[in-house]
Amino acid sequence: MKVTVGLRISCRALLRNKIRSLLTMLGIIIGVSAVITMIGIGQGARESIKDKIASLGTNMLLVQSGSLTRGGIRGGWGSINTLVPEDVSAIIEKCPSVVLAAPVVRTTAQVVYGNLNWSTRITGTSPDYLTIRQWPIVSGKSFTDADVRYSTKVAVIGKTVAENLFPQMPSIGEIIRIKRVPFKVIGLLEEKGQSAMGTDQDDVILVPLTTARKRLLGKHSVLKQINVSAGNEALMIRAQEEITLLLRERHRIHSGKKDDFIIKNMADIQDAAASSMKTMTIVLASIASVSLVVGGIGIMNIMLVSVTERTREIGIRMAVGARTRDILFQFLIESLVLCSAGGILGILLGISVSEVMSIFAGWSSVVSVQSIVLSFCFALVIGIVFGLYPARKASMLNPIEALKYE
Amino acid sequence: MAESRQIAVMDLYKTYFLDGIEVAAVQGVSFEISRGEFTAILGASGSGKSTLMNILGCLDRPTAGVYMLEGVDVARLSRDEMARIRNEKIGFVFQGFNLLPRTTALENAELPLYYKDGILAKEREMLAREALRAVGLVERERHYPGQLSGGEQQRVAIARALVNNPSIVLADEPTGNLDSKTGREIIEIFQDLNVKLKKTVIFVTHDQDIACFARRQVWLKDGVIIKDSTGVL
Ligand SMILES: Nc1ncnc2c1ncn2[C@@H]1O[C@H](COP(=O)(O)OP(=O)(O)OP(=O)(O)O)[C@@H](O)[C@H]1O
Ligand SMILES: [Mg+2]
Repeated sequence: MKVTVGLRISCRALLRNKIRSLLTMLGIIIGVSAVITMIGIGQGARESIKDKIASLGTNMLLVQSGSLTRGGIRGGWGSINTLVPEDVSAIIEKCPSVVLAAPVVRTTAQVVYGNLNWSTRITGTSPDYLTIRQWPIVSGKSFTDADVRYSTKVAVIGKTVAENLFPQMPSIGEIIRIKRVPFKVIGLLEEKGQSAMGTDQDDVILVPLTTARKRLLGKHSVLKQINVSAGNEALMIRAQEEITLLLRERHRIHSGKKDDFIIKNMADIQDAAASSMKTMTIVLASIASVSLVVGGIGIMNIMLVSVTERTREIGIRMAVGARTRDILFQFLIESLVLCSAGGILGILLGISVSEVMSIFAGWSSVVSVQSIVLSFCFALVIGIVFGLYPARKASMLNPIEALKYE
Repeated sequence: MAESRQIAVMDLYKTYFLDGIEVAAVQGVSFEISRGEFTAILGASGSGKSTLMNILGCLDRPTAGVYMLEGVDVARLSRDEMARIRNEKIGFVFQGFNLLPRTTALENAELPLYYKDGILAKEREMLAREALRAVGLVERERHYPGQLSGGEQQRVAIARALVNNPSIVLADEPTGNLDSKTGREIIEIFQDLNVKLKKTVIFVTHDQDIACFARRQVWLKDGVIIKDSTGVL
């Protein structure tokens, strides 16, 4: 039997039961569109995260305090505070590939203005932090090195903080209280949006490092990290090596022992974020494909009903010479027609849903050719796998019994 | 025409097993049919006529015995080889017509050609139309079975049996669902097939008047042949 003939027979059989065919396809339609939408959202998230990380500047290095898990407590004052402010000045002085370095301490605190209060992250740092992070001030000004030297009580606030403490009014020049310590707001940071890890980067207050350590954290508080800017992207590796050598020497780490700090460059972070997004995409797509499999079960169910209903027809076809494979193909083609029609409608639905989501929910969604091809092929495989059993059942009928079937 | 014995049945048995009960429908039947013979099979209800016809039509297999069709031992054939014989050598007409519903007369007549390789859609249509013309129904080719009378439906079924130009036409009570006048018209078509187209025709009937059209009459009773007479009248 020719494929064209098989196609015609199947299409006619499917059109005879329009509503039933449509309901059966619905499972595949939903499955395919879910797969496309989920992959689209996953890839969209991945790309926007990559962009965000790239916008941090690709020549940035993060030096983080490492955990002290090596053989218990070492003697000396540096045993807990692995990174100290002196490390920062040493890095700037002794590492030729490094242009800027900014120490960072962090804490969370309740901030009060008038009768409003807001809990936010406090970052104590030096003015270079904003340069390294490529983070401009939109109004007011940044604190200066002098402010750091004299531990001035000044603060630069992020947009989220400004919105919560100063709704409808300018914030510059106002006095806020962080842990009861009064700080003068001198600058407002540009909006940054969500970070790669999903935190609101605008929910932050920057204060001079020294002020933070003296007033908010305690004199000997650890540096959480040092943000470093290498001269350019090509100097990243060298800068990393120089810092490693210097810090090992300063922290008196003997050769063979592990570093007590971690250096991350933006490329690493970008890779890590991208790969975790990839995992998320796979998880989302897998969940979506479950609905495709459920759709396949629906197809199998209807195909079995259809085979039973058409037992007599099968008997007649066999009586006039249809071979096993003729009947097998007829029903397999029918299942494939259902699945590919469902697949095409699902692709259209998936593209529209992604479109609507990115417009109304603001999620960037990337519908790729690969995800379309992948989900369509998956639908076809479902058609074959779940159509095979009913088709085989039909093809193995005994002609006499099939003809007698009422 | 190498062999005149087109059909040779030797010691044929068919036993059904149903819930532990054995029903011996055909119990040791032997006969031969030559090319171009016109044979009626008669017998009481339950005597095994349909069972025998299904075996002759390669729709079913005997439990024991040999069935040689044009020198081929049918029992040795696979499912698909039997299907090919049904397609190419045998045209089968049923009592209940067995047409596909919601399918036009023309397409019903075309049906066997769908399962024949190397045939174009145009050719298929042309052959089916010709077969419908042979049974006098060509002007009804666009009609569905539901729009045709019993006699007309049976003509479509005969056209379907003829479309692939088989050498043998088998009919199991082709007139059973028709009144006697229409039945006679149908049996005249079979007679024409036999006389003009030289086809071997075997049909089953209860009706003595209808059986008289055949030159040879085989009587069955309880699964055995009790009378085999040639040249009545
Ligand atoms: N599939 C089957 N399973 C069990 N027994 C069967 C089956 N088909 C036929 N029989 C039995 O075989 C015997 C012969 O049946 P068959 O249909 O060949 O009779 P028949 O001569 O064609 O009768 P009728 O004139 O009523 O059509 C009957 O006793 C019937 O009950
Ligand atoms: Mg019968």
